[in-house]
Amino acid sequence: MYKQSPIHSSAGTSHGSSRSDMVGFIISVLLTVVPFALVMYPTLPRSLTAWTVVVLGAIQIVVHLKYFLHLDTAAEQRWNFIALIFSAVIIILLVGLSLWIMNSIHHNMLAH
Amino acid sequence: MSNIVVDKDIAHNHEQGHEDAGSLSVFGFWIYLMTDCILFATLFAGYAVLRDSVAGGPSTIDIFELPYVLGETTLLLLSSITYGYAMLAMNRNEPVMVLRWLGATFLLGCGFIAMEINEFHHLVQEGYGPDRSGFLTAFFTLVGTHGAHVLSGLLWMAVLMAQIKQRGLTSTNATRLSCLSLFWHFLDVVWICVFTVVYLLGVV
Repeated sequence: MYKQSPIHSSAGTSHGSSRSDMVGFIISVLLTVVPFALVMYPTLPRSLTAWTVVVLGAIQIVVHLKYFLHLDTAAEQRWNFIALIFSAVIIILLVGLSLWIMNSIHHNMLAH
Repeated sequence: MSNIVVDKDIAHNHEQGHEDAGSLSVFGFWIYLMTDCILFATLFAGYAVLRDSVAGGPSTIDIFELPYVLGETTLLLLSSITYGYAMLAMNRNEPVMVLRWLGATFLLGCGFIAMEINEFHHLVQEGYGPDRSGFLTAFFTLVGTHGAHVLSGLLWMAVLMAQIKQRGLTSTNATRLSCLSLFWHFLDVVWICVFTVVYLLGVV
């Protein structure tokens, strides 16, 4: 339907439907409420709660990318996707290696 | 082999012709967002390293109030869906509806900023400002940088609303709306990382 719209051309990456936005919103609400509830009313062991919170956060990021940023692996978005993967690799290296180095220093200085 | 693919791409792009300028702008903005991701990644790394350096001051569990953070999260998530509806109204070419949804998004964003300023003010008044410890420096830098992004997004939104009101949904304004859409949803993604890493993992 939006193909007939005169401004279709410049919309770039962001095409959605009200259904896909609503689906994304509902999943996001669930993925927000559940980790908050787990932390505010602790029922699981501490480390399990922490891992669950991290995994649910990661899933919610993917949900946002798919339903709100409308990112997929289709040909017209290939370069958006490649740029995202490239940044993700840099971010993992940056954060992971920083933490590794600083933890090693902390450990070797016997400061615990 | 790869040459053939490239040729096809070029032919494909030529067919679309007039689409190039707008979608290239949006792609360029996407690249900017990726660099912004890396900026936030450095701040997250700094926060993770300094988290336990409390210097005798308060630690994460002493100062975070999760119900308050849940409120901030709700405002930001709602503003994401209202912006989504503004984009849908743009695709249907309804400037009045675009302005209404943008207005709703703007108000929700203002609510978020007000809550964050209130939280910071509260902390500073109790003597837990960014100068108190390494942990608080990292906390204020990380969360404050996100807040500054939201604030500039709001400024951009206000200017864009004025332009749409004056000139309607021209193709230039549509490109700007698309870029701001990416920016706004991106800030929500960063906020997911903030409430997970800073607030939830701080209290768990």
